[in-house]
Amino acid sequence: MGERDKGTGFSRLPDRNGHFGIYGGRYISETLMPAVLELERAYKRFKNERSFKEELKWYLREYVGRPTPLYFAGRLSDKIGGARIYLKREDLCHTGAHKINNTIGQALLAVRMGKKRVIAETGAGQHGVATATVAAHFGLECEIYMGTEDMERQKPNIFRMKLLGARVNPVSSGSCTLKDAMNEALRDWVTNVFGTFYIIGTVAGPHPYPMMVRDFQSVIGREVRRQIREMVGRLPDYLVACVGGGSNAVGLFHPFLRDGKVKMVGVEAAGLGLRSGRHAASICGGSVGVLHGSKTYLLQDRYGQVKDTHSISAGLDYPGVGPEHCYLHDSGRVEYRAVTDKEAIDAFSKLSLYEGIIPAMESSHAVAYAMKLAGSLSKDKVVIINLSGRGDKDMNTAAKVMGVKI
Amino acid sequence: MASNGSNVGCGVAGKAHVRIEDAFARLKEGGGKALVTFVTAGDPDMETSREIILTLERAGADMVELGVPFSDPMADGPTIQAASERALKSGTTLKKVLRLVGDVRRDSRIPIILFGYYNPIFRYGLERFARDAKLAGVDGLLVVDLPPEEAGELKGCADDAGLDLIYLVTPTSDENRMRLITSRASGFIYYISVPGVTGARSKLAGSIPASIEKVRRYTDLPICVGFGISTPLQASTVAKWADGVVVGSAIIKVIEANLGSNGLVKKVGNFVGSLRRGMDG
Repeated sequence: MGERDKGTGFSRLPDRNGHFGIYGGRYISETLMPAVLELERAYKRFKNERSFKEELKWYLREYVGRPTPLYFAGRLSDKIGGARIYLKREDLCHTGAHKINNTIGQALLAVRMGKKRVIAETGAGQHGVATATVAAHFGLECEIYMGTEDMERQKPNIFRMKLLGARVNPVSSGSCTLKDAMNEALRDWVTNVFGTFYIIGTVAGPHPYPMMVRDFQSVIGREVRRQIREMVGRLPDYLVACVGGGSNAVGLFHPFLRDGKVKMVGVEAAGLGLRSGRHAASICGGSVGVLHGSKTYLLQDRYGQVKDTHSISAGLDYPGVGPEHCYLHDSGRVEYRAVTDKEAIDAFSKLSLYEGIIPAMESSHAVAYAMKLAGSLSKDKVVIINLSGRGDKDMNTAAKVMGVKI
Repeated sequence: MASNGSNVGCGVAGKAHVRIEDAFARLKEGGGKALVTFVTAGDPDMETSREIILTLERAGADMVELGVPFSDPMADGPTIQAASERALKSGTTLKKVLRLVGDVRRDSRIPIILFGYYNPIFRYGLERFARDAKLAGVDGLLVVDLPPEEAGELKGCADDAGLDLIYLVTPTSDENRMRLITSRASGFIYYISVPGVTGARSKLAGSIPASIEKVRRYTDLPICVGFGISTPLQASTVAKWADGVVVGSAIIKVIEANLGSNGLVKKVGNFVGSLRRGMDG
């Protein structure tokens, strides 16, 4: 296989029924089938329409603040003494994370489809905030589902969502985290299916969500391609991004899948360690299963019951992962690694100290792995980290771990 | 990997599956309608479940839908969610559910349909599951999160083993969906009376009779209506239109209200008896 050809097939997926190899699909109740088929038809129609593309572009520029910078982290690179590290500054997007790239796209669709009400699940609260934001802007009724465990971890984001006019519904079933919030959002959708648009926040869920969310997030990778060429005159050696559901990672990786020389690493949350059983690394530590509409790598017991997960980062605390990642893993195109809570916190502190940039706890996982990686590479290599969000929301969590009272 | 829903054989020699068909034929002869009762296996424990199932039959149920508990019951309302949690806490697994069916089969010929989510079945192994289920005495399967598009593999295994795969038709189903679903279904059609999760509702949807007539244009299979039917009066009303009535959460509520009490099984029997009388009266 030629370098440029390696992975040509990847960019054509999913197939017409939403499968990435054996992964993905539409494992949902019959009541929702017409809704996802309607969404798929609408998405296929509007995504190529000039007015939709123009409006999306306008919002990404004027409202979200794109393109976001690709920043050379010179001081961090010097301290590590290996490869040159660049940060894709998704933390500088409006609302503080990459999530809004997707919610703007889905909100534009919702408006065109005549839906007056949007719902969303959220873990760290970033997707909830990004959904509440676009709902406020477009005048849509908005309900957010959030696990009570996460509400405890992410109090500032709850207030932000309320300020933006959203109703935040606490979810106290199961593990009280992201997966349970998604269960509850699906229950809402199946009940109010006729007038409600479900804005899923990651590349998971039934087809067409994994494809559609990927497409909306791919603006990240497209910008990086252009920017790194301008800055260093060539494509990077490595792309590194954290993976919970995996939307920021796919958004960065997808435009590079056909560039065989560009290596990619998805970083999962190893929590207290992969062997502790207390982690959220679905690919590194899970097995194939079906949850929330797609076939995926899943953290489950031998009887097919979904396990409770753990990560210091609420946004990665999810037992499944986007089906496209499963496929990219099996095919060997992308490498998946896991980073512990402790390593993530260390990276969180180091990036803050060396660059004056406080990363989200999710993104800190990518930073942690990239720091290890960069140290093992020579100075002529280029490593790009997707800094998917900013860390303001994580002050309580970080302070608690560091034993500081705020 | 069958992605288009085509049937993939699993090579298990099938036996005729007749208990469901027989039950509807017998009811038709006598002019009666099917009372289909749902309980979650292992709620509150396996031994009680066995007694409950036998009591359901004695109280006048024609079929049993046996819920297989799942950690993430996305299609269920609070009542069945809680039942699933109790069942999982008591150590229920799919394997134990099959053992329970085998135990019940020693004393009963009532048709049993396993009702649940795909992941536990997928983990068990589709071919092995279909074979074991048939051997245990299961008659049909209803997998809530497995629309016909994704059901090809399981359908092949179920057909080979001689199990009915029952599909849902819902108020959101348009003509294309109805055509697709009825072309794949066997046993009966389960019509969901309202869009939403399982659970009792105070009012029946007015659209039920018209919807049933619409489904009948596509299939000769019996049509049972479920979701939100909780009282003898509601059951008798729906029985006028449909071939069968499914009651679930209302029975679970009786179990929930009598947890830890010696009278639990009897109370369930009394309630199901009142449903039966409502439908027959």
